Amino acid sequence: MSVLLQPVRRPQPSKGSAKVPQRKSAQISRRNRKEGLLFWALIAPNLAAIILFGYYPTLYNFVLSFTEWDFVQPAPVIVGLENYIELFQPGSMLMGALSNTAIFVLVAVIGTLFGGMAIGALLAQKLRFTGLVRTMAFAPHMLPGAAIGVLWLFMFDPNYGLSRWLFEMFGMDSPHWTTTSEFSLWAITIAYAWQRLGFVAIIYYTAILDLPKDVYEAASLDGARGWKLFRHLTLPLLSPVTFFLVVTGIIAAAQTFDIIATLTNGGPGTSSTTLPWMIYDQAFVDFNIGTSAATATVMFVLLLIVTLVQVKFANKQVHYS
Amino acid sequence: MTLTAPKPTAPAATDRAQTAEPSTGARPPRGRGSASRRSGGGPRRPLPATIALYVLVAFTFAVFAVPVFWLFSSALKPENEIYTFPLTWLPSELAWQNFAEAWTSAPFGAFLKNSIITTTAGTTLEIGVALLSAYAFAFVYFRGKMLVFALMVGSLMLPGHITLLVNYITVSNLGWLNTYQGLILPGIGSAFAMFLLYQQMRQVPPELVDAAMVDGAGHLRRMVTVIIPICRPMILTATLIVLIAKWNDFVWPLIVTSTSDMRTLPIGLMFLRSQEGYDSWGPVMAGTVIVALPMLAVFFLAQRRIIGGLTAGALKG
Repeated sequence: MSVLLQPVRRPQPSKGSAKVPQRKSAQISRRNRKEGLLFWALIAPNLAAIILFGYYPTLYNFVLSFTEWDFVQPAPVIVGLENYIELFQPGSMLMGALSNTAIFVLVAVIGTLFGGMAIGALLAQKLRFTGLVRTMAFAPHMLPGAAIGVLWLFMFDPNYGLSRWLFEMFGMDSPHWTTTSEFSLWAITIAYAWQRLGFVAIIYYTAILDLPKDVYEAASLDGARGWKLFRHLTLPLLSPVTFFLVVTGIIAAAQTFDIIATLTNGGPGTSSTTLPWMIYDQAFVDFNIGTSAATATVMFVLLLIVTLVQVKFANKQVHYS
Repeated sequence: MTLTAPKPTAPAATDRAQTAEPSTGARPPRGRGSASRRSGGGPRRPLPATIALYVLVAFTFAVFAVPVFWLFSSALKPENEIYTFPLTWLPSELAWQNFAEAWTSAPFGAFLKNSIITTTAGTTLEIGVALLSAYAFAFVYFRGKMLVFALMVGSLMLPGHITLLVNYITVSNLGWLNTYQGLILPGIGSAFAMFLLYQQMRQVPPELVDAAMVDGAGHLRRMVTVIIPICRPMILTATLIVLIAKWNDFVWPLIVTSTSDMRTLPIGLMFLRSQEGYDSWGPVMAGTVIVALPMLAVFFLAQRRIIGGLTAGALKG
């Protein structure tokens, strides 16, 4: 930083001022005041938007979580901790949403991690057509979640979808993915994993190509190969990337909304209700503003813990942007 | 002890690699691909392993390509072919009427217009706002600026769902529900694009900025004539990333719009799906193609830049 500031901080050579130190410093401070004003002017739009639509809502959401409101009453009514006490009753909607979110996030993150690492390693081999596969794998990451949700809704269709074709190959009937509570959470997990898998694979692919060649040469000269090489060298060298993918994967999966909204609407019942769906459903379908706000606060705290873990253990080899 | 043993083998290994490399081109099928790879020679893979790897490549390709193929194929199938089993992979004739039906049974023209307006206006504003603030943090002197910087970057930690409710209330109080400003303005604050651009601006050689300053260029001129041209590639990358995010945005347009003439494409698609019910997958898939195609086109045109930008956060360098 300081290096970059130098050209700006360096006083401009201007007539006469050099002789009188006092006037020079007055000039600098006037200059700095001008710079300061310009600074605020330049960041004002961004800062205003971030405060008005980022920090203020977070704080006010916290306040709302101690109230009861339905958008219709003139003002929120303060009820203290009531929302939280209700939310944390055993068997409450939040408990279900928490466990659904945990299952969804864990399966999606772990699944895409293993799948992505395997695909990344495969694409890094000297093979033809890998460029085409790379492009194809990354494409779902570009698509709107709503499109992915609707596409998978059709593929999951037990009568006319690809699911029936796939299961009939094994002589089975397709499960009713999106309309039965045993499968709904798995349906959104599969669709979401499909969307993210290519992204994870490309990250691993790039990381594998970046691995230091000399270390590998040394290791192979020492007789390490195959699985041993992978287990003792590749895996540890990839651990910063894995850590990054775990953290960002948790944060991204925990906020998934569009695929759920188009595939299952959080149902049947609450079988695929995750935290984001519950926040939306409570506020904009059931108009329980306080419950929604309290749920959002719970989610915020959980994600904040994940983020702080990331900040604390951020390895120097990993840059976050 | 380990030093002496490898020595004789090391030159031999590289020798073999060097001599093997040109000859791979002459070898039967897959020479071209391997010759152009980065890491040199190495022992040649046995044929069964190669076959196994290609099976895996084909399988991986299928995992990603089949659903996309299915999307396009279904969008173009006549109705009776969608509801037959065993299923058909290719439409016997191209049923463009699916697109016509999707277009007329839901106001897709309006959805498309709204998506284009909110995405372009939102992206322009967000990148503009990010450029101004990134420039301020990189080149304008202000004593406490890193504190402000931390405050702004810290907003990345706020998940969208915690701001949802209050932003809805704010926009509602401003009378902006179901308007373009309500759709666009809450999303223009940008910590991510600003951070990306700020990092890029820090790489600009100070001499260049100095030279412009000596020439008498004020901050505005310096930004427009020096910084922005140098940072153009990163600005383009950031623009693409922001653009994709805005086009795909779902939950905010869902709650802030209430009439079909203000909906964006992803929201419109969801409503098309729910109003068409289970008996018209053709038009629904056609609608899905309309929603997905622009981003696929953007991706295939600017693949390298998009992948580079989206993966830049994960890897060193």
